[in-house]
Amino acid sequence: MKAGIVSYGGYIPRYRIRPKDIGVVWGADGEAMGRGLNIRAKSVPGPDEDVITISVEAARACMAKVDIDPTEIGAIYVGSESHPYAVKPTATIVAEAIGSAPVLTAADFEFACKAGTAAMQTTMGLTLSKMMKYGLAIGSDTSQGAPGDALEYSASAGGAALLIGTDRSVADISHTVSYTTDTPDFWRREGQRYPSHGGRFTGEPAYFKHVVNCAQLLFKRAGTTAEDYDYAVFHQPNGKFPVRAAKQLGFKEPQIDAGLCVRDIGNTYSGAIMVGLCAILDEAEAGDRIFAVGYGSGAGSDGFDLTVTDEISKIRRDATPSIKEMIADQVFVDYATYAKYRGKILMREA
Amino acid sequence: MAIPRFWREIQSRYNLIGTKCGSCGKVDFPPRAVCPTCGRRSVGKMERLHLKGKGAVVTYTVIHDAPAQFEMQKPYVMAIIQMDEGVRLTSQLIDVKPENVKIGMKVQATFRKLGQEGEAGVIHYGYKFRPTA
Repeated sequence: MKAGIVSYGGYIPRYRIRPKDIGVVWGADGEAMGRGLNIRAKSVPGPDEDVITISVEAARACMAKVDIDPTEIGAIYVGSESHPYAVKPTATIVAEAIGSAPVLTAADFEFACKAGTAAMQTTMGLTLSKMMKYGLAIGSDTSQGAPGDALEYSASAGGAALLIGTDRSVADISHTVSYTTDTPDFWRREGQRYPSHGGRFTGEPAYFKHVVNCAQLLFKRAGTTAEDYDYAVFHQPNGKFPVRAAKQLGFKEPQIDAGLCVRDIGNTYSGAIMVGLCAILDEAEAGDRIFAVGYGSGAGSDGFDLTVTDEISKIRRDATPSIKEMIADQVFVDYATYAKYRGKILMREA
Repeated sequence: MAIPRFWREIQSRYNLIGTKCGSCGKVDFPPRAVCPTCGRRSVGKMERLHLKGKGAVVTYTVIHDAPAQFEMQKPYVMAIIQMDEGVRLTSQLIDVKPENVKIGMKVQATFRKLGQEGEAGVIHYGYKFRPTA
């Protein structure tokens, strides 16, 4: 018996800002920055959007594709590093909003950018052990970089929800493996508004070490090489790191193109690899194999070996806009509007 | 707004739960315990009804002078929406410029932040409407 993805749904806010328009405020060459990061634009949440609204929209898009009673969901876990409340779960609000409450367990996860994939593994265990029929794993973020910091050019907003179960799976997860160490490459201390990072230290000893080691463990576990896969998706903090990691592992550009959403929407943190996976599932066909390796600072990687099943043609993939359509539905804003929407302007208390 | 007052309305604000009178079939939103038309005859017959979230704009207004919490969103649109189930409700209309709103425009419900009790207080969520994709 295998656990797998029974349904999926993503959500990307409509607003976008270009690197050029960020750079102009800080006296930097934003266009060059964008080129260096391989990011054309990043998504910006509206003034009434946060991780809770994005998670609910993604969860509803996931449930709209299938005829599954939401009360059959036994667990909802929401992975994010920008939960609106420090104490009070996002997951309970999602549970009420999709009609799963009250007979279920729910919690919020945090592991930088890989809290959503950690939720996938947890729900795999709960469904494989028959403790419940379905579990909902969500990765969602409205990440922020400090004004003027390099992160500001990429930190964006979006999320995805994956319904995990052992019955009617559209993509079986044949293998999962994780690689975890104590690596302080990126963090945010309690009470701090913006995260801090180790600059270049976030590359080789952090992202690449974990992603590549996890991927090689996954190849070994599955007895495969890069050539065995139709698609590959990696955590995408920018458009450069995942392309380099993929190349090191032997993947070619056509394999990673569909899931590389970062170029048009920026780094959606906990949502990043899951939104990429949704974009792949939007177009994948039965029999396709998908290689997915996420990454979360701090640090760790979760890898998944997936095979798309015949069930993919039985769900309503067109019930909600595809990730490609959401990426195309864009409204560009200037830095002043972005600053206003992101709460960077100090207002009088309402 | 007091915490219990909003909490009591979570079902209707998150999921558009209204009621349908088992006697005359009239749909109400927000839900009612007794049908205003049938009165006593509806007691015990009010059924819970999940509105599907689709409707059309009946009329609208553009807010230029907003309450403090909505300063970031002005100018914004408030509309009366006729739901497909026949009942009308008032909601903010988002993802559309005020000049592009039209009477009769098809809209669908979405889930957004409605407001908060200051920086340290409870955050309220619920429906807003956007043009149908």
